[in-house]
Amino acid sequence: MSAIVVALKEIHQAVRNRWVLAATLLLAGLALSLTFLGSAPTGSVGVRALDVVVVSLSSLTILLIPLIALLISHDSIVGDMERGTMLLLLSYPVARWQVLLGKFLGHLAVLAFATCLGYGLAAAALMVTGSRVDNDSLVAFAAMIGSSVLLGAVFVAIGYLISALARDRGTAAGVCIGLWLLLVLIYDMALLGLLALDQGRNISAGVLNAMLLFNPTDVYRLFNLTGFANVSMFAGMAGLAQSTSLSAPALLAALMLWTFVPLGLAALAFSRREL
Amino acid sequence: MTLTVRVAGVTKHYGRIAAVTDVSFDLAKSEMVALIGHNGAGKTTLMKLMLGLIRCTRGSIEVLGDNPAAGQFAGRRHLGYLPENVSFDAALTGRETQAFYARLKREPVAKALELLDMVGLGPAAARRVGTYSKGMRQRLGLAQALIGRPWVLLLDEPTTGLDPELRQTFYEVIQRLAAEGTSVLLSSHALTELEERAGRVIIMNHGIKVADGSIEELRRLARLPTKIRLKVSGLESDEMPAWLPSGAPCRRLNGHIVEIDAAPEQKIDLLHRVTAEGSSVEDLDVVPPSLDELYAHFLKSTEMPR
Repeated sequence: MSAIVVALKEIHQAVRNRWVLAATLLLAGLALSLTFLGSAPTGSVGVRALDVVVVSLSSLTILLIPLIALLISHDSIVGDMERGTMLLLLSYPVARWQVLLGKFLGHLAVLAFATCLGYGLAAAALMVTGSRVDNDSLVAFAAMIGSSVLLGAVFVAIGYLISALARDRGTAAGVCIGLWLLLVLIYDMALLGLLALDQGRNISAGVLNAMLLFNPTDVYRLFNLTGFANVSMFAGMAGLAQSTSLSAPALLAALMLWTFVPLGLAALAFSRREL
Repeated sequence: MTLTVRVAGVTKHYGRIAAVTDVSFDLAKSEMVALIGHNGAGKTTLMKLMLGLIRCTRGSIEVLGDNPAAGQFAGRRHLGYLPENVSFDAALTGRETQAFYARLKREPVAKALELLDMVGLGPAAARRVGTYSKGMRQRLGLAQALIGRPWVLLLDEPTTGLDPELRQTFYEVIQRLAAEGTSVLLSSHALTELEERAGRVIIMNHGIKVADGSIEELRRLARLPTKIRLKVSGLESDEMPAWLPSGAPCRRLNGHIVEIDAAPEQKIDLLHRVTAEGSSVEDLDVVPPSLDELYAHFLKSTEMPR
């Protein structure tokens, strides 16, 4: 109950601060331009326009959603402490884990709203402009939106963990940017380099799977690009889709784990913190 | 006498710095206690300990039946707290902020909003807190602390930034609540303000409780002289009245006023003499040691052994 009160206040604040508006506009703008500009090379004869959009949008999501999630979450514990609002909040009959859960629900709601609306617009625009969309594509698209929100939840939780541990806001922001660079850009390049060097001698498929599971953005990528046969054809990952032994439920479970473990650790770190 | 807050042998270290050392006191219902001490004396630390925001290194605290250090918070529904530099989320309006805190305390929102009018924030309630002045934020801080029917009020420097009129209202409200059974612990630098109002005074110095009692008790303990001021006619500018006992420290103030420092046991005797020699004494003032002087005395007496 208290967590819901906190969540509603977070949503209220995000609306007031125009976070919701900014995130929705950003996602909608990019999704729409990818949808229409992105189909230029394939031409309008592309029968499965929505599948192409899933491929391009999920690549966009990997860059953008973690960044937005970290932006709204990195400040929410250490920032409230520095501003002094946490002091007053914690003098109320509310447990620290309830504060954290409330913030999580609030931020997740904001992110889910922006993602559903922004990406939904792109799908709607495609259908309105007359592209044929079949059920398989719609399912893949819905799964993409759902998993994007889940990816957001992962990074909101990671942001809280950093925020609960960091000594000041600047440190939290710095660590978050570093982590974003690492997980979104560097990790895959390093992995690719490693695979190229190894030439398949030591790194088995199992090890590779484990390495992919260690990065939530890779889990997300695997889920969206290999989970649906119609999509993986366009993603150029049909080969990988056959070789990977990670099923869609397993990947979703991995994303859940990536949410709950950092969130639990954040609650633990926050409960031990003195202010 | 029902206790609402128990602080027993509490010590708090920040690293190697001792913020509070072995402090014990109880708060009973209807008590209004002033916590005084200079900056860094441990006042804010004590309040944070009572709220469970920090945990004590040694000792134990009980607030409305909860152990705050263990994260228990059921009693906090009946606790009001005003931090020293209160701050709110700038994006929300005063009314939204007050409503949010009322919901957290599970108290009726409409009643909580009436408090905004009481602290004089009515016209500004629809404005964002970010546009408020320091005094207005302080008012909002008071309004949120009074939500519901607090049984314990912890107020850290509550009157800073308030104008004299609102100070008056504030003390009236606090005194009414105390009369109805609320325990009030308030820290302040405005000692003259507290002098007539606080039933009990706790003086802190470097994290150590150096005095605890009603002002009368502290006066007795401190044995500070009462100042007796006389307006005496017909004296030369440096002459003292002949009937003064020898050895009583006295001085002349601006020409015609004689000020005598009377030790507690001399006081009545001196007054007898003054009235016996009534012919030359035109006016008389008795000034007991003020809280300021008591405070200075207790601080000095604890500095001595160092």
